[in-house]
Formats: sequence, C-alpha cells, structure tokens
Amino acid sequence: MIEPLSQVDSKVDILVKDGIVESIRPSINPKDEYRVVGLKDKIICSGFMDMHVHLREPGFEHKETIETGTLSAAFGGFTAVCCMPNTNPAIDDESIALFVQSQGKKANGGIVDVYPIGAVTKRREGKELAPIAELVQAGAVGLSDDGLPVADAEVMRRVFEYAGMFGVPVIQHCEETSLSKHGVMNEGLVSTSLGLPGIPSIAEEVMIARDMMLSEYTTGRYHVAHISTAGSVELVRTAKKRNNRVTCEVTPHHFTLDDEAVRSFNTNTKMNPPLRTHKDVEAIREGLRDGTIDVIATDHAPHSLDEKEVDFIQAPFGIIGLESAVGLALTELVHTGFLSLPQLIEKFSVNPRRIVGKEISIEEGAEANFTFIDPKAEWKVDVASFKSKSKNSPFDGRTLKGKPVGIMNHGQLLLY
Amino acid sequence: MKLSSRHLLGLYGMPAEDIELILETATSFKEILNRPIKKVPTLQGKTIVNLFFENSTRTRISFELAERRLSADVVNFSVAGSSVSKGETLKDTARNIEAMKIDMVVLRHSAAGTPNFLTQVVKSNVVNAGDGLHEHPTQALLDMYTLKEKFGRLENLRVCIVGDIAHSRVALSNIYGLITMGAAVSVCGPATLIPREIEKLGIKVFHRIDDVIPKVDALNVLRIQLERQAGGMFPTLREYHRFFGVTKDRLGRAEHPITIMHPGPINRDVELSADVADGPHSVILEQVLNGVAVRMAVLYLLAPM
Repeated sequence: MIEPLSQVDSKVDILVKDGIVESIRPSINPKDEYRVVGLKDKIICSGFMDMHVHLREPGFEHKETIETGTLSAAFGGFTAVCCMPNTNPAIDDESIALFVQSQGKKANGGIVDVYPIGAVTKRREGKELAPIAELVQAGAVGLSDDGLPVADAEVMRRVFEYAGMFGVPVIQHCEETSLSKHGVMNEGLVSTSLGLPGIPSIAEEVMIARDMMLSEYTTGRYHVAHISTAGSVELVRTAKKRNNRVTCEVTPHHFTLDDEAVRSFNTNTKMNPPLRTHKDVEAIREGLRDGTIDVIATDHAPHSLDEKEVDFIQAPFGIIGLESAVGLALTELVHTGFLSLPQLIEKFSVNPRRIVGKEISIEEGAEANFTFIDPKAEWKVDVASFKSKSKNSPFDGRTLKGKPVGIMNHGQLLLY
Repeated sequence: MKLSSRHLLGLYGMPAEDIELILETATSFKEILNRPIKKVPTLQGKTIVNLFFENSTRTRISFELAERRLSADVVNFSVAGSSVSKGETLKDTARNIEAMKIDMVVLRHSAAGTPNFLTQVVKSNVVNAGDGLHEHPTQALLDMYTLKEKFGRLENLRVCIVGDIAHSRVALSNIYGLITMGAAVSVCGPATLIPREIEKLGIKVFHRIDDVIPKVDALNVLRIQLERQAGGMFPTLREYHRFFGVTKDRLGRAEHPITIMHPGPINRDVELSADVADGPHSVILEQVLNGVAVRMAVLYLLAPM
C-alpha cells in the first residue's frame, strides 16, 4: 500500500467490512467468513479520479453513455470521474447536474462516482453567468465551458468573482480562438509540411496569461485544463509563485506523443489542444516532476468510428483515454524516472480530489476506495477489448509496462 | 523499371530514382505528343476515374488528355450534381465507384491528406491531383521536367518560389522534389504568407524580391488569390504588385536571363507583369504541354499490369 497523504509505503493486510476499512495491519489472520483477495506484488492506492472526461450523456449517446463511460473508467483504474458539461442539453442547470449524478449511481452498481462539472455560462455561450450557486448546490464540483473558452475578459472576471464565493475551481480550456481559428494541429514544421492549418502555442498561452491575472485580481480558483505547451508550463510555474489558487492538469497523450505522429494523417492524432513538439513534451514531463503540473487527466473524448473515419480536417477533435491512462503514466513517467509511485498517486488521486473537494484517504474507519495497480506487468493496448463505446485511440497496439488491475468502491470489488 | 510505391500521394520522401524515372519516361511521352497521331495503346482496357471534389479546369483537362492519349477508359466525377451534395462521405463515394471495377483513381480534394485517407479505404492505385494546401505532385513534376528541359540539370539549380507560400500545395511539392534532386530552393513573399518554420525544410526565406532576383536561375511565380487580401494577409493587390510583383524592370537588373514559370491561372499585372508572362524567358506554355507528358508518365508507371 502506498498512501502519499500519510507517507505510508509498506506491505499490509487490509480488512474491509461493509465497505469500510476496519483495520490495516502488517498481517491479519483470515477468519473463515473472510474473502481473501491476493494482491501480492500489487499496489493498493487511494482510488484514482479522472477529473476531465466527456461521458456524452445526455445528447450524444452514440459516442458514449454514462453506463459505458463509467465502465471504461472502472476498467481504467478510476473510482471517480468528473464529467464535462458539453452535453446536449449542457450541464448549465441543476436538473441536468442531478440527472447525470443519478445516472452515475445506477451505472454499474455505482462503483464509479460521477461528479458533474457545471457550465460557467448559460448554454456555454460565454455571455451570461450560469446559475453557479444552484449548480454547486446540486453537486457540481467545478465549473467550465470546456471546449468553448470564455473569450470575454469581463465575463471571465465575473466568473472568478462569483465562483470564488463557493470555493469551486473554474476550469478553463485555454484557447484564444482568434489565433487558432481553423487550425487542426500544432502550428510548426509538421503543419507546414503537411499543409494543415495550425493552432499556434500562443493561442493557449495568451489565455492562460490573461486568466492568471484575472484570478489573481479576484478570489477565484483557476484550474488550467489539459496544458500542452512549454510556454504554458512556464506561465503556470510563475503563477503558482504568486497565487496559490492556480492548478493545472495534463493528458497522457500530451506527455507521450508529439506532432510528428500527425504525419500519418491518422485522425486519432487529432485533438484539441493538439499534440505539440518534442520540446513541449519534455517541458511537460519536467513540469510533472517539479510539481508545476498537479494532475493527470485524460480528456476522454469518445467519437464513433464513422465520425473519425473521414479526412483529417473534417474529423472531430478528441481521443478516448480512460483505459490507457494509468499504463501510459507508468510507462512514460514512472519507468523513465520522472515520477515516483507516490508522486504518480498524487497526480491521479490526491491532487484531483483535493482540487474538486472530494478527498479520501486509506485509514481505519474510512470508506474503502481503492485502485490496485501492477506497476510491472507488460501488456499491449487493444482498443477492441476496451469497455468504452468508442475506440478512437492513437495507442492501439502500443506495448506498455504497468497497468491497473482492479478497483474497490462503495463495498464493491472489481478485479479484471 | 517500377516506382517504389503504387500510389503517388506526394513528393515528400519520394526517392530521387523515382523522380528521375518519371521525368525520363515523360521524355518519351512528350515525343509522342509531337507526332501527328498522339495516341498509344498503353493503357487499353484500364479504367481511370477522375474524382474531382474541387473546381479545376486545367489539371482535370490535363489528366483527362493524358489518360485518353494512353487509351484508358475515363470516368469523370465532379462535385456538382453528384451524391456528395446528398451527404455521402468520401469513403462511400470512392467505394461505390470502385465497386464498378476501377483500376486507378485520380483525386483532387480541398482537404489535405484525403489521398492518404483514400488509400486506406479503396484498393485502387491513387494519384493525388492536389489535396488542400498539402501537395500537388504532378504539378511539381512538370515544373521540374520543364526546368530540366531548359537547363539540362536540376542539381545546384537556383529556384525561388514567389508569392503565397502559406496557401500553396504547388510550393510544397516543388520544395520536396527540388531538394531531393539537389536544387537550391528559396521562397519569397510577405511574412504573412510564409508558413512557420518552413526554413527547416532546408530552404532560404526572402521578403524582398529584389534581393532574390540576382541570385536565381528561375522564378516559379504563384497565383495571388484575392481572398487573401480580405483575410488580412496583405493590404492591397497594388501594394503586392509594387513590392513583390515580377516585372520586366526588376528582371532587367539581373545580369543573366531568368526563366519564369507559373502554375496558372495568371493574374496579369499582379504577381507577374504581362510582358514578363509573354516574354522570351517565360516557359509557362511549355509547362502546360509538359504537364500532359508528365501525367502520362505517372499513369503509365503506376497502372496495375
């Protein structure tokens, strides 16, 4: 068991009764009525949370449903997800926030907790404030117009002020769209070589720079979604020295792949923000190592095969990520020495849960909310075996070292 | 002799031997085009479909003529009045046409990468006749053929591509092909029309046409599209002509004659003054004839036998 919060890293037996941790001891003698789960050489961690997923329900059930999305999360090693509000209708109203949570409780016996992110503006139009207080009261753990950045600086200022009253983070998809316009990939040598319109790194950076100033000027908490450039990492590093309300996340694809992958015109290398350069990947890994980047989140964005099986420009942005995230992080960050296992658990559990106010810990008397990982197992990504309804992953066929092997939450045990 | 690929998607990464083979083969076909009877039975019984999802007059006519001179059966498919306007996807359109036993597909499309996509969904050999802002390989091959015909070599030949480099598949294909063949390539245009990091392709970038002219053997002048002005890329066509236009005066300041190419259609007195377009060093009409010969060579070399 590794528990970064209490700095525990030891071999233990854990006795769970009715979903509650009854005791944690170096060794517990099993009684007849116990069910013994052998997890030799596996690591018990506090349950992982993916704070950035698109479950597509309501509105886009052909891509994913809360049932299939949470099953994908469960098999990816997550006991909780935060789902983004770009549904149809958007989660800009308490009834939709309640609906999403109710569907989450019904899905797969409720083994994965579903926490909605509410929209910051009505219909995600960036104009009028969404009913933020009602959304928070109805269970929204953060606010975002994800996919549609709040372009108007005045609106963003009011969002920070208003949301600041409730202590919920404002999560921004940072993109100055007047700079990114029709772009479909990172602007640079590869976009020039392929004749594809580019999304410059500055499109992300100018908005982060603006927002960090607005956050500092107000009392708002600011969480930068899916950071992708070296410049953004440096901006957040600077911001954190002045303002402790700033946090950020990165996706597994942004610490694994660079824009060279787009040369294949594979539409599963098209996402927003786009894959950047090798230099950006290096800066992101360094940002994870030095703590500038708090969270690994997938931006799980399912799209059907028909939607992705078109030319690159026409294809929608986004890839799925729930079932490859932990394997990629272990392979690309832990086995390469950028992160220790306790740091990895911070990025997947401690930090995202702290940011959205859903902290847990492994201790006697607490609810048993665990992710089990095997850090050494080698396996091959096979999208056909994924539980997600969609299969749009650029990692199909990739060999990884380390994977989740099960979860436990609300008294239910799932071992794959 | 065969090419190393059964498709022609672009000149990026194409080996020099392949380019040489196409240019050599084109020489024999050009000889045929100068005969009284300009037709050979080479592709008799083969069916080629010209899938044109973007307006094109000269490229389509050039391909069609090349196909007919090789005695292939030709099917023309263009967007207007097709099932595409009823919402059919490129994949379905191509597969449906292929189901009628097609041997080769010539594709023109407004989106970069569509020929690459097509090779994944159909079995036919695919020839790229221009995809978005990506590549236009047959245009670059005919440009190189024209240069080779004129100068006898491509190696160390100094070629500058002038104009809207950022929105030009012709520029990219020329850069890839010419660099492979050992030419010294540069581009010249307003900074707003030069894409990021293009110098990393191994070329020089200029923003003043007068700096370039004395240093080159040939200028490949691109068409300036009026909509780029509306898009805020440059202020006015007049200003463009005054600062980047290729004129007799400017060329006269060079010590040697400079060969002028243009992929057409020309905006006279915008990117190129009329007297230069029609002048003694212009090879623009040679390019048009060579286009048919080069396309015959490409189709002949790629046709499944």
